[in-house]
Amino acid sequence: MSDAASSAPGSSAPVPSAPVPSGPASSGPASSPVTPAGSPTMGSVAPPPKSNQILRDIMGGSVVISILAVLLALVVGGILIAVTDENVQAASVYFFSRPGDTFNAIWVSVSGAYGALFQGAVYNFGGNTFVKQIKPITDTLTFATPLIAAGLGVGLAFRAGMFNIGGQGQMLIAAACSGWVAYSFPLPYGIHLIVAVLAGIVGGAVWGGIVGVLKARTGAHEVIVTIMLNYIAVYLISYLLRTPGALQAPGSSNPKTPADLPTAIYPDLLGGDFNLHAGLLVSIAATVFVWWLLSRSSLGFKFRAVGVNPNAARVAGINVKRSYIYVMLLSGGLVGLAGVAQVLGTVTSGFSSGIDAGIGFDAITVALLGRSKPWGIFVAGILFGAFKAGGFAMQAGQGIPVDIVLVVQSLIVLFIAAPPLVRAVFRLPTPGTAKKPKQPKPPRDSSAQAKPAAAAEAVAAK
Amino acid sequence: MKLELRGITKRFGSLIANDHIDLVVKPGEIHALLGENGAGKSTLMNVLYGLYQADDGEILLDDEVQHFAGPGDAMNAGIGMVHQHFMLIPVFTVAENVMLGHEQTKGLGRLDLAAARARVREIGSQFGFDVDPDALVEDLPVGVQQRVEIIKALSRDAKVLVFDEPTAVLTPQETDELMVIMGQLRDAGTSIVFITHKLREVREIADRITIIRLGKVVGEAEPTATNAELASLMVGRSVELTVHKEHSEPGEAALIVKDLSVVDAVGQLVVNSVSFEVHHGEILAIAGVQGNGQTELSEAIIGLQDDVRGTIILDGKSLVGLSVSKVLDAGVGFVPEDRNVDGLVGEFTIAENLMLDRSDNEPFVKRGTLQLSYLNTFAEEKAKEFDVRSQGIQTPVGRLSGGNQQKVVLARELSRDLRLFLAAQPTRGIDVGSIEFVHKRIVETRDAGVPVIVVSTELDEVTALADRIAVMYRGSIVGIVPGNTSRDVLGLMMTGEVPAEITTTDSIEGALL
Repeated sequence: MSDAASSAPGSSAPVPSAPVPSGPASSGPASSPVTPAGSPTMGSVAPPPKSNQILRDIMGGSVVISILAVLLALVVGGILIAVTDENVQAASVYFFSRPGDTFNAIWVSVSGAYGALFQGAVYNFGGNTFVKQIKPITDTLTFATPLIAAGLGVGLAFRAGMFNIGGQGQMLIAAACSGWVAYSFPLPYGIHLIVAVLAGIVGGAVWGGIVGVLKARTGAHEVIVTIMLNYIAVYLISYLLRTPGALQAPGSSNPKTPADLPTAIYPDLLGGDFNLHAGLLVSIAATVFVWWLLSRSSLGFKFRAVGVNPNAARVAGINVKRSYIYVMLLSGGLVGLAGVAQVLGTVTSGFSSGIDAGIGFDAITVALLGRSKPWGIFVAGILFGAFKAGGFAMQAGQGIPVDIVLVVQSLIVLFIAAPPLVRAVFRLPTPGTAKKPKQPKPPRDSSAQAKPAAAAEAVAAK
Repeated sequence: MKLELRGITKRFGSLIANDHIDLVVKPGEIHALLGENGAGKSTLMNVLYGLYQADDGEILLDDEVQHFAGPGDAMNAGIGMVHQHFMLIPVFTVAENVMLGHEQTKGLGRLDLAAARARVREIGSQFGFDVDPDALVEDLPVGVQQRVEIIKALSRDAKVLVFDEPTAVLTPQETDELMVIMGQLRDAGTSIVFITHKLREVREIADRITIIRLGKVVGEAEPTATNAELASLMVGRSVELTVHKEHSEPGEAALIVKDLSVVDAVGQLVVNSVSFEVHHGEILAIAGVQGNGQTELSEAIIGLQDDVRGTIILDGKSLVGLSVSKVLDAGVGFVPEDRNVDGLVGEFTIAENLMLDRSDNEPFVKRGTLQLSYLNTFAEEKAKEFDVRSQGIQTPVGRLSGGNQQKVVLARELSRDLRLFLAAQPTRGIDVGSIEFVHKRIVETRDAGVPVIVVSTELDEVTALADRIAVMYRGSIVGIVPGNTSRDVLGLMMTGEVPAEITTTDSIEGALL
């Protein structure tokens, strides 16, 4: 699975460590929604599984925790850079005679690395033209485009209490649908693009919707189902790419599709010098849509209720099972937009089965870092876009392996998943400790305050 | 063993849960700790049991200062606790549970079960409990499970026993038996701390009473004090313990339930051919010990049970097989028995919870969009009307006290046109002041002509509210009796027996013609 992902043309980012399928899969059965006999739940809706609680703890952390997690990950990443740097290693041999050399080497390696990361992701001070100077930030936004869309999909599912690990599969199916429309149906400008985008959304939604239906109808745990659907999608697409007459480009023996027709490609936003395409606008629109959905719509209200307390939602007449289906349709559709962005924006010359580029998994990190809030995901998506864009610059400029960036990304996940660790490192108070005991009610009117003493005496006198 | 707490203070952030509490429990004394929910009783006992560390003050046993780092230390020092929610492993036998945590072993780490069995029998015979050491705990009735908890504590030579709300889960008869056991333990020299908010029990068994309110000791009382005196100490003002209600003038039968059976998810018949009716302007209380089918019966009415047989007819319309939202639309207001699990979304605000079961309907939603300004006006209004005390309608409901949470549920359910109001355990775990409020609203709902069903395990509540009482036992209705039936008779009926002199007022046959 990860080998397929890492061969992506747009990025060489493999799957980050945290969401590797085996992890969630093994924890899946433990939190499967089988209602234990005699448990005081209502009817057939499973009690909120333990994973929901964990999810909520992770999401419930403050923005501060997110920022500190990033900071901490960068610090640990810096240590790793220093330790693996050859100059630092050489200087540390005579550390006790000239410690300054070691510190100097550490400074050079770490600042060089993060400097390169910054220059590759935000602003290139060495660029001799304006275009070259600002190209990094546009690259960041280009990388961020699918991350935001997929992050929104995963985050939306989180909010309804669903763990969508199936971003990879949903993206592949969406990319196939969208790409197929893009290269095989000549349609007028505008219409062709819209149809191709819609095809991708539908493809992702169907692949996600299967999960929702299975969960609602049979109680199958979404983590397992999404992971298995990832495999199915990968091998299905691989098969179609190798089958003449299916997705494979005619006359070619490579497992690759034909190039998109120009009518279906996302237009460049800043002209041909930059890679930035109109997919970013779609991702921004998607962010606004998800914000509206979650905070202003009836459907989103139900999703949130189901996500936090499915029992109360059910008792309140909300159809929990239908919510699972709807949210997975929407989640798959949003993740599908990421596949569309890849096919119609980044890789327009025909795609292979690595088109998802690990974004489906990175999206989980993005959603977690963004606390499953639409604008949080937007910012987190840009940050991860910056890591991707800057990681290559770091590797090219400083010879530091791009893996360090992946380590930093994974460390972010780790720190976010363990808020107590971050709190311990930064000596932050544990939230909620003050609220743990049942709160006494606010004092009643002052006349009542005076009474008890008198009453106490009266009773004691007896 | 004499237990003394001196100046115990426990703070949680800015909140002072225990404020310089002094308490002396003499050997061979039952000392009742009386207070509302949230008064700080449980915090105090958790300090005593080593679960919390006091910020200030000291614990003395026989005049020696103790330092408990955890429950293990407290147990070794001779303190035992019988928790409200039993700390037993259901699939273990009694003997296994008793030995859990201080297992005696023979060679090669084999458990010495024989010794544990002997210990159970020994303690049992000493106090006249009859507990089979080899019975699985899950097969035992709740009252017997509690005895296992007591044996567990005694098997570790507890000289001070803390009972945390021990009667909440017991039938009246089991409660009486527990009282006898507590008396025996006292006579054997055990010091007992009895935490409760039930005044009747306190006056019955306690030797001394300490009342705690808002984390402070507000007074001591003798068991001879009247209920009203104790209640006013607990709440800090005089409380009406009786519900004022006019004689009901029941109208037509509104809800007719006939031959209703419910099979649960594991295939057990949990409600067995139940028939009753509720008239307009009448409160029918469904009494019974927890777990005798009341929960499933109310769930069946609201549409939460999947396998329901029989008929439920509300104002001529059948409710069987309808979805929950259809039942709610038919005008059924429902207060679920566990508001935290089924009634509220803790992380949602008060305002959001007030529209929880109307997320499809105008005026809260138009064209799929929440009408936030309407919702906020509505919430402000209802928070005021139902006296929900909070820092504003945007406060998450999870931060409110139990009483205020329940008021939010009531506000939501009573703010619609109701054809039936079904309240399950409406005052469970809420303070006396809120109980008064909830009861008042329930009676007002009845007086407005709405048929009301109150499901309750509290006999005090049942007798205070009901116009008629249906008693459930093992899924069946034992009988339907008038609201003024005596507690003794009701208690007997809750064990499945129908006293001979009782004539049930079940008039369902006539109404169905």
